[in-house]
Amino acid sequence: MKPHTDWLAHSILCTGVALFVLPLWLLLAGATQDGGAIARGELSFVPDLRNLGIFWSVLTDRAPGGSPVWRMMLVSAALALAIAFGKIVISFLSAYAVSFFRFPFRMLCFWTIFITLMLPVEVRIVPTYAVMANFGLINSFTGLAMPLIASATATLLFRQVFLMIPDELVEAARMDGAGPLRFLRDILLPLSAANMAALFVIVFVYGWNQYLWPLLVATDPKLDTIVIGIVKMIGGDTVTDWNRVMAAAVLALLPPVLVVVLMQKWFVKGLTEGDK
Amino acid sequence: MERRTIFAGWVLPVCLVAPQLLLTVFFFLWPAAQAMWFSLVRQDAFGIRTEFVGFENFADLFADPLYLDSALRTVVFCTAVAGLAMGTALLLAVFADREIRGRAIYRTLLIWPYAVAPAIAAVLWVLLLNPQIGVVAHALKSVGVLWDYKLNDTQAMIVVILASAWKQVSYNFIFFLAGLQSIPKTVIEAARMDGARGWRRFRTITIPLLAPTIFFLVVVNIVYAAFDTFATIQALTHGGPGKATETLMLKVYRDGLINLDLGSSSAQSVILMVAVVVLTGLQFRFIGRRNAE
Amino acid sequence: MKRRSLLAATAATAVVAPLGLARAQGAKTKFVFWHAMAGALGDEVGNICKGFNAAQTAYEIEPIFKGSYPETLTAAIAAWRAGQAPHLVQMFEVGTGSMLAAGPAVKQVWQLAAETGVALDPASYIGGVRGYYSLSDGRMASMPFNSSTAVMWYNKDVFEKAGLDPAKPPTTWNEVIAACRAIKAKAAAAIPMTTAWPTWVHFEQYAAMHDLEFATKSNGFDGLDTELKINTAPFVKHLNRLLDMSKEGLFKYGGRDNAAEPLFISGEAAIGFTSSAARAAITRDGKFKAGAALLPTDPEVNPNPINSVIGGASLWTMTAPNRSAAEYKAVATFLQYIGQPDQDAHWHQVSGYVPVTFAGYELSKKQGFYEKSPGTDIPITQLARGKLTANSKGFRLGRMVELRNIIQEEFEKALQGQQTAQIALDSAVARGNKVLREFEKSART
Repeated sequence: MKPHTDWLAHSILCTGVALFVLPLWLLLAGATQDGGAIARGELSFVPDLRNLGIFWSVLTDRAPGGSPVWRMMLVSAALALAIAFGKIVISFLSAYAVSFFRFPFRMLCFWTIFITLMLPVEVRIVPTYAVMANFGLINSFTGLAMPLIASATATLLFRQVFLMIPDELVEAARMDGAGPLRFLRDILLPLSAANMAALFVIVFVYGWNQYLWPLLVATDPKLDTIVIGIVKMIGGDTVTDWNRVMAAAVLALLPPVLVVVLMQKWFVKGLTEGDK
Repeated sequence: MERRTIFAGWVLPVCLVAPQLLLTVFFFLWPAAQAMWFSLVRQDAFGIRTEFVGFENFADLFADPLYLDSALRTVVFCTAVAGLAMGTALLLAVFADREIRGRAIYRTLLIWPYAVAPAIAAVLWVLLLNPQIGVVAHALKSVGVLWDYKLNDTQAMIVVILASAWKQVSYNFIFFLAGLQSIPKTVIEAARMDGARGWRRFRTITIPLLAPTIFFLVVVNIVYAAFDTFATIQALTHGGPGKATETLMLKVYRDGLINLDLGSSSAQSVILMVAVVVLTGLQFRFIGRRNAE
Repeated sequence: MKRRSLLAATAATAVVAPLGLARAQGAKTKFVFWHAMAGALGDEVGNICKGFNAAQTAYEIEPIFKGSYPETLTAAIAAWRAGQAPHLVQMFEVGTGSMLAAGPAVKQVWQLAAETGVALDPASYIGGVRGYYSLSDGRMASMPFNSSTAVMWYNKDVFEKAGLDPAKPPTTWNEVIAACRAIKAKAAAAIPMTTAWPTWVHFEQYAAMHDLEFATKSNGFDGLDTELKINTAPFVKHLNRLLDMSKEGLFKYGGRDNAAEPLFISGEAAIGFTSSAARAAITRDGKFKAGAALLPTDPEVNPNPINSVIGGASLWTMTAPNRSAAEYKAVATFLQYIGQPDQDAHWHQVSGYVPVTFAGYELSKKQGFYEKSPGTDIPITQLARGKLTANSKGFRLGRMVELRNIIQEEFEKALQGQQTAQIALDSAVARGNKVLREFEKSART
């Protein structure tokens, strides 16, 4: 390999990394500085290492007006996992049904599911709230998760994957006497494992980062997610401990970042295979 | 595109599709139908008094030059965000796909910002760019740039485009990387043998092979820019100065949740929805074509 | 089958989930209070509620944070539509017009007092505060809670550097301009003057203090068919003053709402207009001696300025199907509790908001609070100045948030040099009136 090419690649990638890491580094550095530094515009990129204890204290102390950060992170994790698993399971099943069967109103079903892509939760928040209230789901974990499970992205992705599966494979499975459920379990499930992993990453991050819907639908402070907890710490008419807000933001970033990084290989692979 | 081989029976598939269908009907179609109904009525915020007004909400919007300005601005904004986010991602993906030392580390560092919550990203950009407290703003001022996006339209637009594009680069990067990795190395090798060099090889071989990914991402990015950026814009500029950074979705959000004008806000979302149906229709035609290949 | 158990679990959760906290078992009548106080103030609200729960045995209040003011309002509306409204909700002052138009969704304070027999006497609340939340005939609609007003904050260190007397802040706009020129000439600060809340300070407060009509029909108190009047000569004069100061480098625009506050707190700006409630942030984060002073006035417009208006929020009682008389009584008892002199004085002193009752103010005086923290009585003095008129009672305009935003937008365009002051205000009035007509129609149909 020619050395000058290497240098070009390294310099471009380093610039890219700097663009993405520096803003987040500022968050980390800011957490260790004096809370008033931000209001005065004196934030520095150099962290004050003596104050690293702030992360532990934010994690374990009760946030103003709320529960401890670790508790809110558990709620966020539970919510993100519930949404991720719920979405993957129902989407996998429905994508299987529309791809491998012909049944009455098949395309109508598909389009009904598909159309959910076109209206974000924020726009239909008032009517959605009313529907949840009719079911008595306001202020419950189920109510928090359900409307966020109902979306079409995952169904679309699975359908794409299933369409790619050669007819010969289905034929062969049938020759072997495999019924539709065995085909689903023994062939489809292993084949789409990577796609499921990729979807898991996408949906977990989506669920973890929800804000407006949990804020409106949950009134029980025990159901506060970490994103809501952070907003609670930023006061309008009062002093805000910006260093604590930033420390909480760093902590809130860790789980989704871990999920993305740990599942990175699967993530890229799952998209490659679904996107050939 | 349809598969030729299918399983028989309809009871099982109906059972399989039922959970998602039920969720969709109750938590999507029902509320969405109500939202559409709202676009045809005039109602106070609490829904106590309702009056059917037909298409008045729509007529008011199209008669409002400020709304039409917003529409035009949204097109510019979406194009810029999609172009910038995809261009940057493609550049980084191409180099991260090369056989260089530390490739895995670069990839990890470029992928993980995908996990940053929009709410946190918005705070970050304020910390960086805010003319009063921003770190980057201070740096710009110290080299003599008159940095004040609170009153400078162009700077305000640049700020919201940068912040919105930043959030989307990781996503695009992952897809481009996946796309590049699925290009058989033999194809690239063959081109190299033929003497196709750097840029030409990229333009004539890589780009056409990446075309499916590119077109998919164009739609995803435009939908992202149109729908998912309003919180960032609200945090950074509130749509100002004047209306210089107000996009259609920001207006939907503000009219619906802050100004409590449900009728107009619903009408605006219906208009947006139609726009997205057209866009996704294009995407679908495209995916269909791709599958036929 | 997995799916079935999932559905079963869902159904079970739905049944177990608490529907209305008030219906829970136990002798105590429970009720819910949604508020928008984040951070340290949120903790103080929690303390007040704990105090109430400890002070009596019949009722139990549960305070719940619901996001920013607009988010709390949206949540309350969505909940009311679903028949699940909280018993009590904290609503910002500009939402007053919308809440009054809400009719059956709310129970106004006078109604609540009459129905429950719990005495809630308007006369004990300070006029300038009470007026904003009362009907034209003096009956109170919502309960004053956290009120502040706009004041002029100034950096005493900078004043000294510029050769100005830190003990004598400017009181008129001409004096402000002179002071700003001195600061600029001596380069005592990078920015002589900035302002937070541009609409609130330079239009709403300006109108009230100079006894100018902001909108017809007593600023909307006397009818929904009100129209903006902010394109008259005195407003144009003031906007021109700000535009000229900006051109001269005396005034720096810092953004909408409270975005400009950091400019003052950082010490960059010598004079900053913002809420009196910003005291805590300024004293903790600012590294200089700060002073609070009355908002400057223009003697040529009115030589005898009167009171400024409040900002902040009040408490609204909301209705819901099946809400019992006992629950309303619980709410009324709580409202009575927070209006007691010691409670009001305590909230005033810890929060930085002004006292809302006369007795709370007198008690704070007796406790020596104003000697201990000089300047904390400035907002009270300013709110109590002169005689309340139809122009200084407050604002009863629908969609006030949107109106404020429209004025800010036109203000910004004028600052950019895209339009003159007159054109900016004409256009703000035209756009604003359209919003007011739309609101009028929705509130009448």
